[in-house]
Amino acid sequence: MKRRQLFGATAALAVMAGLAGVAVAQDKTHVIGVSIPSATHGFMGGLNWHAQDTIARLEATYPQLDFVLATAGEPTKQVADIEDMVATRNIDALVVLPFESEPLTGPVKAVKDAGKFVTVVDRGLSVPGIEDLYVAGDNEAFGRVAGEYFKANLPSGAKIVVLRGIPTTLDNERVDAFEKAIDGSGIEVLDKQHGDWNRDKAFTVMQDYLSKYPKIDAVWAADDDMAIGAMAAIEQAGRKDEMWIVGGAGMKEIIKRIMDGDPQLPVNVTYPPAQISTAIELTALKYVSAAPVTGRFIIGSTLVTPENAAQFYFPDSPF
Amino acid sequence: MRDRLTLSTLGPLAALFALILLGAGLNENFLSAANVTNVLARSAFIGMIAVGMTFVITSGGLDLSVGSMAAFVAGMMILAMNALQPSLGVGLPLALAGIGVAILVGLLAGLANGLLITRAGIEPFIVTLGTMGIFRSLVTWIADGGTLSLDFSMREFIGPIYYGGILGVSWPIIAFAVVVVIGEVVMRHTRFGRYCEAIGSNDKVARYSAVKVERIQLLTYVALGLLVGFATVLYVPRLGSASGSTGLLWELEAIAAVIIGGTALKGGFGRVWGTVVGVLILSLIGNILNLANLVSPYLNGAIQGVIIVLAVVLQRRKSSAEGR
Repeated sequence: MKRRQLFGATAALAVMAGLAGVAVAQDKTHVIGVSIPSATHGFMGGLNWHAQDTIARLEATYPQLDFVLATAGEPTKQVADIEDMVATRNIDALVVLPFESEPLTGPVKAVKDAGKFVTVVDRGLSVPGIEDLYVAGDNEAFGRVAGEYFKANLPSGAKIVVLRGIPTTLDNERVDAFEKAIDGSGIEVLDKQHGDWNRDKAFTVMQDYLSKYPKIDAVWAADDDMAIGAMAAIEQAGRKDEMWIVGGAGMKEIIKRIMDGDPQLPVNVTYPPAQISTAIELTALKYVSAAPVTGRFIIGSTLVTPENAAQFYFPDSPF
Repeated sequence: MRDRLTLSTLGPLAALFALILLGAGLNENFLSAANVTNVLARSAFIGMIAVGMTFVITSGGLDLSVGSMAAFVAGMMILAMNALQPSLGVGLPLALAGIGVAILVGLLAGLANGLLITRAGIEPFIVTLGTMGIFRSLVTWIADGGTLSLDFSMREFIGPIYYGGILGVSWPIIAFAVVVVIGEVVMRHTRFGRYCEAIGSNDKVARYSAVKVERIQLLTYVALGLLVGFATVLYVPRLGSASGSTGLLWELEAIAAVIIGGTALKGGFGRVWGTVVGVLILSLIGNILNLANLVSPYLNGAIQGVIIVLAVVLQRRKSSAEGR
């Protein structure tokens, strides 16, 4: 059980940042603030882990870089975190994954106006052009890649059910892209209910799907936590051989089963929580190299198959 | 104020029957054995907790921490079982150890709530609001923000606790029924139940009547903690995992079930079988909305809200008409 660093790392960070602020600030040290939502579910847990992991590594590699990491459970707290970073830690750059776009747009713009380098991750701000660097996963491709797999592997007239996430724009983009991709294939979507990216909720919804529909050929669970809940319900109903499931995001347990060639889980679609690492690394590059790092960096959603699964497997990550 | 078959007691029952009729009319599989088992089994966790909550609320208390507590207990149970697996091996001793840990942790968590409320004299709302945050953060921390998963072989071994059963009735349903029967007997036919109602009606009068108010209240929180432990023992075998989102909002569902069932939120009157009806009503709403595409899934929460408020309004109106 690696319950590692949490206390250690934050304490060390706080101490270092405190020292750095006083002693080293004049010494060409650059401070990068990282503000992300707290680990409330599997994906964010993975994202938090990758953020801490990357920061620890970069601090060891580049003594001239200092990092301030703050996690927030809600937008108001995140705004306060960012204001504190500018006011008390004198950051040079901000890497931010906005909890919600609207409430964070103003505060992040203020940081930009104060002359800081701004990297926005995953969720865009509501006003374009504020950020210097934008790093994100591809929600459209996330739905499309899954849809293309369904289209290629199911006959016309096949019946599928869909588990949706928490009602958000992001979820809509994924589902729309999925439906567009299977359009014209003759695949019938029997139902699409919200499983809220939650195992228990997905278990319940899947149980009800199974009561309602005598024949289901495949399930698009759109998230690996939901895939796990759905699999338990299918197993309970004794209908394991009837359908396969495609989850998403690349949870290590699921990737492992794809590596092992589980017929129930043929493929997966990535939406990597490690995108925060990409964002932090690129931002750090600005201060340690001459590489230009402004612009947009969209991380593709790739189809994970038994053949390539090994490269998506991170056994140490909590996700 | 004893229960008689008046309109007010029939209110929740009528609502339950209306829901069953509606469900049966909308989907032919609604009354199938599989669906009935699903609904009853998934009601068992909240149901057992809600029975404990009935006593807490009847004696004038409240516990907001039960959902987080369930997540914490589940986390500790999984952690303990994974840690003990190398020494005990996959088998009955390990399962019993896990069950023991769950019940012990639930008991201690309930005791902590109870002592803070009765000995330190802090408002139940504040204490349990605090412990709600504490338990939830602890489980997120233990799980490193991710999910704690039971070792696969052990999950297979204890799976039957949730999925198995006897004579076609699954264990969660049996456990729920046993808890309900005991709860109903304790509430109606023991001194403890009467003391709970007395304290909830007027704790000063209860105290002057030589009722050990603090001890009774402490016992209600300990019993609730214990029931959270039992519920978790049933919950963990289902998916074999716990995370920061386990048991989210269970406390509100349990409280809503208790109130729909006719227990007074301000205390003084408790009805255990009413709580069961309340739990079933809440489960059935979700089930029916999944089975029949009546409304946009965005509105599921709104439908549940309307039915909760409606159930209580009907009850209050009828009971005031009877001068209760």
